[in-house]
Amino acid sequence: MGRALGVIIWFITLASVWMFLSGRWWFPASISEHGPAVDSQFTITIIVVGIAFTAAQVGLGWVVWKYRDTADAQRATYSHGNNRLEIIWTLVTAVVFISLAVMGQSVWASLHLHAAPPGSYQIEVVAQQFAWNFHYPGKDTVFGKTDPNLIDDTTNPVGVDPTDPNAKDDAVSPTLVIPVNRPVELVLRSKDVTHSFWVPQLRFKQDLVPGMAIHVHFTANKVGKYELACAELCGMNHYKMKSFMLVLPQDEFDDLTRMAQGPFQDRKGQLLDKYQLPQY
Amino acid sequence: MAATVTSTEQVVDAAIGTGAQSRGGNGFHKNGGGHADDDGLARRYLPARYRIGAWVAIGSIVMLFVALSSAYIVRSASGNDWHPIAMPKVLWLSTAIILASSVTMEISRRALKRQEDRSYGSWLTLTVVLGLGFLASQLIAWRQLIRQGVYIASNPHSSFFYLFTAAHGLHLLGGILALTYLLARTRQRRATIEGELRRVGAAEAATIYWHFMDGLWVCLFLLLFFWK
Amino acid sequence: MAKATHDVVHRHEPPKSFIRKYIFSLDHKVIGIQYILLALSAVVVGMAMSVLMRLRLSWPEAHWTTLAKIFPTGFAGGIMQPEFYLSLVTMHGTIMVFFVLTTAPQGGFGNYFLPIQIGAEDMAFPFLNMMSFWVTFVGFVVLLSAIFASGGATVGSIGGWTQYAPLSALGEIAGPGQGTGVTLWVISIAIFCVGSLLGALNFITTLLNMRTRGMSLMRMPLTCWAWFTTAVLALLSFPVLLGGGILLLLDRLAGTSFFIPANEYLGVLAGSDPRLPYHAGGSPLLWQHLFWFFGHPEVYIAILPGMGATSHILSTFARKPIFGYRAMVFAIFAIGMLGFFVWGHHMFMSGMSPYSAIAFSILTLSIGVPSAIKTFNWIGTLWGAKIRFTTPMLFAIGFVSVFVAGGITGLVLGQTSLDFFFHDTYFVTAHFHLVMGVASIFGMFAATYFWFPKMFGRMMHEGLGKFHFWITFVGVYAIFVPFHAMGLLGMPRRYAQFTEYEFLKHAPPLVMFVTIAAIVTVSVQAVFYFNLVWSVFKGKKAGENPWEATTLEWTTASPPPHDNFAGVIPTVYRGPYEFSVPGAPKDFIMQNEPEGVEVAAGLGETSGNGGDGHKH
Repeated sequence: MGRALGVIIWFITLASVWMFLSGRWWFPASISEHGPAVDSQFTITIIVVGIAFTAAQVGLGWVVWKYRDTADAQRATYSHGNNRLEIIWTLVTAVVFISLAVMGQSVWASLHLHAAPPGSYQIEVVAQQFAWNFHYPGKDTVFGKTDPNLIDDTTNPVGVDPTDPNAKDDAVSPTLVIPVNRPVELVLRSKDVTHSFWVPQLRFKQDLVPGMAIHVHFTANKVGKYELACAELCGMNHYKMKSFMLVLPQDEFDDLTRMAQGPFQDRKGQLLDKYQLPQY
Repeated sequence: MAATVTSTEQVVDAAIGTGAQSRGGNGFHKNGGGHADDDGLARRYLPARYRIGAWVAIGSIVMLFVALSSAYIVRSASGNDWHPIAMPKVLWLSTAIILASSVTMEISRRALKRQEDRSYGSWLTLTVVLGLGFLASQLIAWRQLIRQGVYIASNPHSSFFYLFTAAHGLHLLGGILALTYLLARTRQRRATIEGELRRVGAAEAATIYWHFMDGLWVCLFLLLFFWK
Repeated sequence: MAKATHDVVHRHEPPKSFIRKYIFSLDHKVIGIQYILLALSAVVVGMAMSVLMRLRLSWPEAHWTTLAKIFPTGFAGGIMQPEFYLSLVTMHGTIMVFFVLTTAPQGGFGNYFLPIQIGAEDMAFPFLNMMSFWVTFVGFVVLLSAIFASGGATVGSIGGWTQYAPLSALGEIAGPGQGTGVTLWVISIAIFCVGSLLGALNFITTLLNMRTRGMSLMRMPLTCWAWFTTAVLALLSFPVLLGGGILLLLDRLAGTSFFIPANEYLGVLAGSDPRLPYHAGGSPLLWQHLFWFFGHPEVYIAILPGMGATSHILSTFARKPIFGYRAMVFAIFAIGMLGFFVWGHHMFMSGMSPYSAIAFSILTLSIGVPSAIKTFNWIGTLWGAKIRFTTPMLFAIGFVSVFVAGGITGLVLGQTSLDFFFHDTYFVTAHFHLVMGVASIFGMFAATYFWFPKMFGRMMHEGLGKFHFWITFVGVYAIFVPFHAMGLLGMPRRYAQFTEYEFLKHAPPLVMFVTIAAIVTVSVQAVFYFNLVWSVFKGKKAGENPWEATTLEWTTASPPPHDNFAGVIPTVYRGPYEFSVPGAPKDFIMQNEPEGVEVAAGLGETSGNGGDGHKH
């Protein structure tokens, strides 16, 4: 029985490690500047995790194999432990874990402890059950005022105030469009419940909380079309609160964002057709 | 310590732990339950059991009010609608009543320890009356606010006012019920040593709880009306 | 002398009527079994719901004729609606976390065996003990009533067991099931909090006050340390959940704004329609802080008793003292204490202060250290052992394996930078299912097979037990290891189906594999239930100490008499894991064995902690 258990434990260990190493199920390719740093931190972590996992399981499998009770076996070793070993493995574990912890803060700090760099393009994001609304400031780069009393889900989802002159050139669209290789600042809001902005390739996620305006920033560095999903349970259609993020070359982006509502939607539609999703 | 005891008083006295033998605060022994004489084993534990139970229960109630208090503090900073209500003046009376009730409760408990049953009973009754008086004064405060049109949802501060006073009042009511039980069931000296220890233990536990309710009120009062 | 003790503590006669013996019993043993029965029933409901969830995910368009008759709106056109799926998710989580993992390990086995293992005749407050079970039971009934309260559209609320505000606070307008379903959920959980607190009060007082002569703290079995720490965690964390629940209820029913901010818009603006009253200034994050301040200690409440049982059972069947008893006690404390300071790791992406996120992250990875110590010590216990592979031992070894598998991914999820990708994906679900849904359950299986003979006077069927173990052990890995792969793909949690996104197109084979593994594994649990019932009536009769174990429960009859020790309370002379002591006639010495069977000096390794609880 001990041998069988040992073998099964090793087999499970092997299968689990294979699942990770095979590469068949892995992140989609990164498209952000900070993405590679996240990926390399994950690689380091998963190697440490993999070693610890394998060592523990192999060790467990080995002791149950070797120390199974057989007819000729002596009594077990009478030992209450080994203080020196305890100290050693506690220290080693602590050093490894704390190091990982400290290393694991650097990308976070780079994105969250600093404000968006000057020159970032600002977009307001307003999430709702079950759609995304992106508010662009237009040619004058000033957002028109919004008023919750003016909200209408069909005609004016974010409640733009038409009497505000700055609002004339604004565009509100369900699609996120950002320039490549230029920092983008999103101001995240919600109309109703908590949602979460999630584009896997960006290696970025952030909740949108009603009553708060959360500022985040990142830089995308690969042109293309990517899916945007909601990552915080928001109601019955949470699973299909879907949209797209277009990362455009600077010229296409400038052209588009100088347009106001109608032309903006038309051009954006063309661009959505032009760009394809990545191959998975 | 001798296994034989000459009087109930000595047993009870020894058991309560105010005598020379120190037992680390709550009556639990530093190196486990072993002692030289089995005879007094369980008897010595009985009052400590109720005392420990009272402190443990207080621990959980403290956490409830800590949670609500931190919600209070967070909420005060979260919107721009934090407009503290004016304190109903009757709450000064509430505070005086509950402080007085702690005094009477303490007098009652000491009387019991001196085996003065009549005194114990009367001061205990007075404590119950003061407790009810406290609750009455809270209801008066509520009525005053309602007459001014201040309800639980009027603003966040009023929400917390009603919530804190209701939560405290409910726990105090529980304490009043416990004291009433003591009055009804255990006012007389008990026939057996064990019964007597139970009586004393229950009274002690109730006293600890009652003082806690008093202190809790003072903290809530300060938080609601003197914290900025 | 001992007789006097018996008289003083247990003045009442054992109960005679059926009701007093088995229904409203004050006997901690009966109450323990009642908790276990509650958990055994709840887990069937929870497992059934998880199978329904798997079927929905694998075949989103499938038709369900029978269920559609009971829940016509929930199965419009015969197809399971997404809100129905989400209500299954919510109820599955709530039932499993509260009514299975927070009942059986602590209220079940803890209630039964803590008093006996410390040499007491009952818990400190038997009446409160009885109340704690019945209050918990009422909480369960209230929760189940939510199944029928949503008018057939759902089996309750759809906000997940975490019930984030404002989705949980806004009422029916936020979604089906968010009306009465949430209210019943909050009331059920509030009742559960009270039951749990009554239990914690008993455990702590009993352990501090009622240990028998010679049972010092450092001679207690590790099970007792685990139950004690768990009770302290419960005492300090459940009131916070209760507080949060009260605030949520007030937001829902009294128009307050603890969690609901201004200008809520759900088709109508707040204040302009009776379905969405006026609110202002509340903070959704406040709910998350209150919930997770409770929620994180809760998961340690779920696992610590299993760790205690594993240590206990491993030592018993390895015929070896536990490796590093003192370190194990320290690790239990460290896990318990640190568990109060890491709740923010559930909230990295929530919008809370990024500085506090960093602090929470570093503390979170630190909590891996005591867990690692325990793992090393478990393996160290097996090193140099003479292992008897009984069914409880298999599950205890299995516990170590799955605990490592589940715990180790905490190192990934606890880092803020990695959580950008993994938050709210199946990687998280993999992690917590392996530790809670598998390791903790294995702890309960081990405890059941181990203590069944003591509780019922008969052995469980060993062949059926081993069969149960093998299929379950492989099965749970087959179910939950692929969840990591799904997480790597970026698959979000709480999605009713995965057909909407191109980036998930490699998911279906994984989903199908898991579903098949789940159906097999869930089905095999029937063998366990059969074994339980069959063994109660037909199992081989068990003596006092069928496993040749050392702790006090094995000194008394199987099952124990009403006062546990038939009037003769044992005195303890040595520590709990004195196995294979050189020079001793048998390979185990019981705790109540008087001095005279001494430990010979200078043997084996440098001893760590001493066999009798004192340093050498």
